[in-house]
This record gives sequence, C-alpha cells and structure tokens, in this order.
Amino acid sequence: MTVVDEAQLREVVAPLAGRGILLALQAIQEQFGFVPDGSMAVVAESENVTRAEVHGVLTYYADLRTELPAPCVVRVCVAEACQALGSRQVVADLAERGYDLHGRNVIDRIACEQVFCLGNCALGPSATVAGRIRSRVNAATLLQEAWEASR
Amino acid sequence: MTKVFVSCDSSARSVGADEVAAALELHAMRDGHDIEIVRTGSRGMMWLEPYIEVETTRGRVGYGPVAVADVGHMLNLGMLLGRPLANSIGLVADYPWLAQQQRVTFARLGEVDPTSLADYERHGGLVALRTALALAPDDVVSEVTASGLRGRGGAGFPAGVKWRTVLDAQADQKYVCCNADEGDSGTFADRMLMEGDPFSLIEGMAIAGVAVGATRGYLYIRSEYPDAIARMQQAAATAYQAGLLGDSVLGSGRAFHLDIRVGAGSYVCGEETAMLESLEGKRGIVRAKPPVPALQGLFGKPTIVNNVLTLATVPAILTMGAAAYAALGDSASAGTQVFQLSGNIRHGGAVEVPFGVTLGEMVDGFGGGTLSNRAIKAVQIGGPLGAYLDGSHWSVPLTYEGLAAAGGMIGHGGIVVFDDTADMAAQARFAMEFCAEESCGKCTPCRIGSTRGVEVIDRIVAGVDRQRNLALLDDLCEAMTDGSLCAMGGLTPLPVRSALRIAPADFGIEPPESGDSEADDAESDSDLPEEALDDHLV
Repeated sequence: MTVVDEAQLREVVAPLAGRGILLALQAIQEQFGFVPDGSMAVVAESENVTRAEVHGVLTYYADLRTELPAPCVVRVCVAEACQALGSRQVVADLAERGYDLHGRNVIDRIACEQVFCLGNCALGPSATVAGRIRSRVNAATLLQEAWEASR
Repeated sequence: MTKVFVSCDSSARSVGADEVAAALELHAMRDGHDIEIVRTGSRGMMWLEPYIEVETTRGRVGYGPVAVADVGHMLNLGMLLGRPLANSIGLVADYPWLAQQQRVTFARLGEVDPTSLADYERHGGLVALRTALALAPDDVVSEVTASGLRGRGGAGFPAGVKWRTVLDAQADQKYVCCNADEGDSGTFADRMLMEGDPFSLIEGMAIAGVAVGATRGYLYIRSEYPDAIARMQQAAATAYQAGLLGDSVLGSGRAFHLDIRVGAGSYVCGEETAMLESLEGKRGIVRAKPPVPALQGLFGKPTIVNNVLTLATVPAILTMGAAAYAALGDSASAGTQVFQLSGNIRHGGAVEVPFGVTLGEMVDGFGGGTLSNRAIKAVQIGGPLGAYLDGSHWSVPLTYEGLAAAGGMIGHGGIVVFDDTADMAAQARFAMEFCAEESCGKCTPCRIGSTRGVEVIDRIVAGVDRQRNLALLDDLCEAMTDGSLCAMGGLTPLPVRSALRIAPADFGIEPPESGDSEADDAESDSDLPEEALDDHLV
C-alpha cells in the first residue's frame, strides 16, 4: 500500500487552489497514480468546501480511483460501434480467462476494464493496453500484449 | 527531398502508423532515399490506415494500408516517384471516395502538419480571425447567423442565435466553452479535428470570444482522447507564443485566454450544463434549464457552449463568406456535416458532405456495405441516444429535419452499421444499461427508469407476461421521454423503441399477421402478480 503524506498532497494541490475540486483531484491522481487517503481533507481545505463535496466529486467520476491500478490496465470498448464488430465476444472471452469486467478483474498484474468509446469506431473492436490504443482486437492478443507490458 | 506524409491520428496509430513512420525513416536512411516525413492528421479513410502520401510533381499520391514489412520494397519500387503499387490509390485528389466529398470543416485534415502554426497559415488559417478583429462584433455574429450554421454537437441549435444572446447579455465576464466531450459511440470527428487541425478550433474559439466579448475560453476534452489532449495543449502553447491567444489577440488589444480541461470518464458531461458543472470542478450533474447557458452559464456568466465542429467551422465560414456556406446543404440544414461511418462497415471513416445525402448513399456508397459481407440489419445514427433504422430508411435525407421525420436524430453525425447477426433486443437492453450506468442521477425517470427498463426488456425477451411488459416498456419510455431533464434519459427510449420496431422477432415477438393484434399463446401465463407490475414504474 502506497502511503502519501499530507505535505506531498498539499504541494500538488497548492498551485491549483481555487480552480475547482475536480482539477485538484485529477492533479493528485496524475502525480500518484491514484487519489490516496487524506486527499479529501487537503482538497476540501484548498478549495474551501466541505469534505462531503469532495467525496461527491471523487465518487462521481469513473476515472478517479482510490487505489493504485494494476501495472497494466486493459480497457475494452463496450459501446455500440465496437459491439457491431464483436466486442461482446471479446468481453466473454476475457471472462472465460477470469477477467470479469464487472467484478473480479485483476489477475497477475493485469486489470481489464470496460470503457464507453475510445473514438476509434471505424476500426473496432477497440481497446487500450497500458494506454496504447489498439484496433481489431481479440482477447488472446490483448492479454498477450498486456502480459508483455506488465513485465 | 521528397515529402512523405504519415498520419499521426490515433486511429492510424492504433494500426501501426508510428511503426510505419519509423520503418520509412530507417529504410530511407539505409538505402539513401532523401525524404522528409511529415506527420499529419488523417484523411479519414480508416480502412486504409496506416496510410501514407507522397508529394510528387503531379500532386500527392496515396498508399494504404502500408505494412511495416513492405516499406523497404515500396521505396525501392518507386513509391517516392508516385509509381502505382499494389496498395496505391493513385492521385489523392482524384480518389473517388475523397473527390465526392466537399470538405469545409475538414479541409486541412491530412494536408497540414498539425503542430505547425506556419503550415496552418499557409493553408488559409487566421484569415478569418483577422477579418473578425476588423469587423464590429455585431457583424461577426450576423455573419455566423447568415451562414445558417447549427450546433454540430447534436441539438442543432442555430449558432448565430446563441452568439447573439451572449453578445447582447450584459456582464463583467463572459465565456466561450468548447464541448469536446465526444462520448457518443460511433463518433470521432472532434477527435480527428483536434488531432489533425487543432489551430482551426483555437481560431474558431478566439473568433467567438472577440465576437461576443468573452475574454476567457475553456476547452473540455474527454479523458479517453489522450492524443487530442496533448495536441491541443501543444497547439494552445504555440498559439500563446505567437500572440494568437493572450491579452492582445494578434495585437488587437482584445484578450482571449484559453484553458484546456480534461474530463474524467463521465458520458453525461457531454450535456452542456453537466459540462459546465464539471468545468467548475463539481460533479457533472445536469442543470435545469432555463436559465440557458447563454445567459447564465459557466460560473453563472453568459457563455457560448458549442461543439468542436461548430467552432472549427466558423473560420471557414468567415473566409468563404456566409452566403457561400449557406448555399451548401439544404435550406434548414445549411452547410456540410462530417459524417462518421463505423461499426460493421467496409469503408469506415469520416465523410464530409453537404447535408441532404441519403442514408443509403452514405452507407452503401461511401461505406461500401458491411465489413462482414453480410446484409445490413440496422444502422444507429447519432450515438447511443439515436434511433436504429433499417433498409426501409435508405432514402431518408441526412438532414436535421429528414432524420427527425424518420423518427431519429442526426446527433453528432455518427452512423454505426450492424449486420444481420446483431440482436436488436440486446442493443435495446444496452441502451437502458448505458443510461443506468451514465445517468447523473438528478432526475428520476432517467436514474430509475433506465434500471427498470433493463428489467422489463429482460422479461419481454424471456417471454414473461410479454404483452403487459411491452405495454409497461411503452409507458416507461413515455415517462423517460417526457419527464427527463436532459437528452440522456429523454432520448434513451429512441434506440429502445426503434430496435423494437425494426426487429420485434429479436424480442421474441411474432410479427403480426394480417393486421391481427398479436396472439401471444405461448406466454399466456403471467408470472408476476398485478401489484408487482405497478412497482416497476416506481
């Protein structure tokens, strides 16, 4: 468990004071890879809002996470244009390999998540592997690439 | 030295454009070819990516798809002279798929180096901003109004009317907010433009700013577009350096500052008021309207909220003249639209044509039918909240009104093709699922209706008391349509109902014979007590 102390959090947030809760939380996540314990109090103070408001923002946005992500994250597009080219099969094949996009989704340093549209709709099914966008994907090649990226 | 153009669009990169560029460089060096590689945006011919163009005396010649392994051969076989090879498309300007388009908003895509402001200016950039700075604000707004430009984000509201409202509003601060939260599946035109011609968007925003007296602009880009974010940040920095942004836009003494903000994975933040909330740093919760953002928008101040394509088209309009732009398309849907063909389609990509091309011409003509070679079962137009249409709609003109008359909407111009293996009941269920996942939660029809919708569709498909559940779904759709605050809940019934209309069999419903009301003999037994049914609508 990565522990980030308050001083470090303050340092990240200070230059952004007054520019909104979301920007502060995004900056923290950019810096540490996640939003660590203690962030809420620091952001609340910096933005002069209640912790409840910060909590509201933190839990609203899908991108914000309170734990470090796996070393390699695979994000599979599950939106319509990719469905039209078999993304449902990709999801099913990943599930067969133990990656349930709605449940237990981290195995062996690889996390598989769903995403709604990567803007690569003409070349679906699409996914990202460790941030790199990929076209015409299937579960086997995705996991192979993810495995290499996670080492 | 021969110029070779390789796309740096993220779709091109997803199929290996970076590797192709690297291979070109390596082979050219090794074999002594004198080349300069220029990374451009994409022409939008995604099925040809990785796609490259070579500058020749006759014009640019295109090749694609290019495999890394073929690069050495292609160079040795005379690619740099534009010789025809197995994967060449010949002169780019003559290639029918492009020649049949009329590119206004996308005119520079694939042509220019998106990192170069000088290249942008060489291709007509900044002419419009200089014009706007010389005109009275009122005249700039009148020009936009006269062009007939309507919002390209989906709602199609006349841009000039919106700008006029902001211009006439009295306030100490006004804003221009560009909505680049292009979350609709099947749409990628905003992304392509930001990656391939970022200065046109900056110029468009600056024009909007000087036209209405807004000194600050925000560009809200979804986080799923990392390349677009990086390109826009780079372009904004360049624009500040060049004095295109800042306290005195092009030395005019008028200020326009641009701030780029990144979304955080929320679809509903593409709704304008939710986006404003998000820009203020809050949860992306939809606001009730009125007041409209043009009067009370960002931080309660008068705000222009326009889509990327809307703003990026403004420089072209001021350059070519409002009348010339309005002459394209049809009277109510003026100008051009960048349609995006995706899903199960042979020639997927971006097609910019005047409004009014028929759906059939788009899907069969430009699109070339399905990738799988199977029959088309449905197309979904306008994103996840758009209707599913079938072959009976092929003659529908692609205009705001044409699609509305067909029971759909043009939205942001995305057209997603499904072949006959698609299960329309699953698509209808997904529409409700997606709404449940992405609802901001503020209004009940959307927040709860979507979850109930998934359940009701499941019962219909399972054959549980089908007739009554169909009636319930209809009621639910009506409640969502009429009772939701924004398009999220309000339009989710569109794909649901249209899927049911074009493919009732996928829901287990026998097509009605000879006008008889449906005989559901197989499912006469009701598994649910009557009271339970009432609960479904909450």
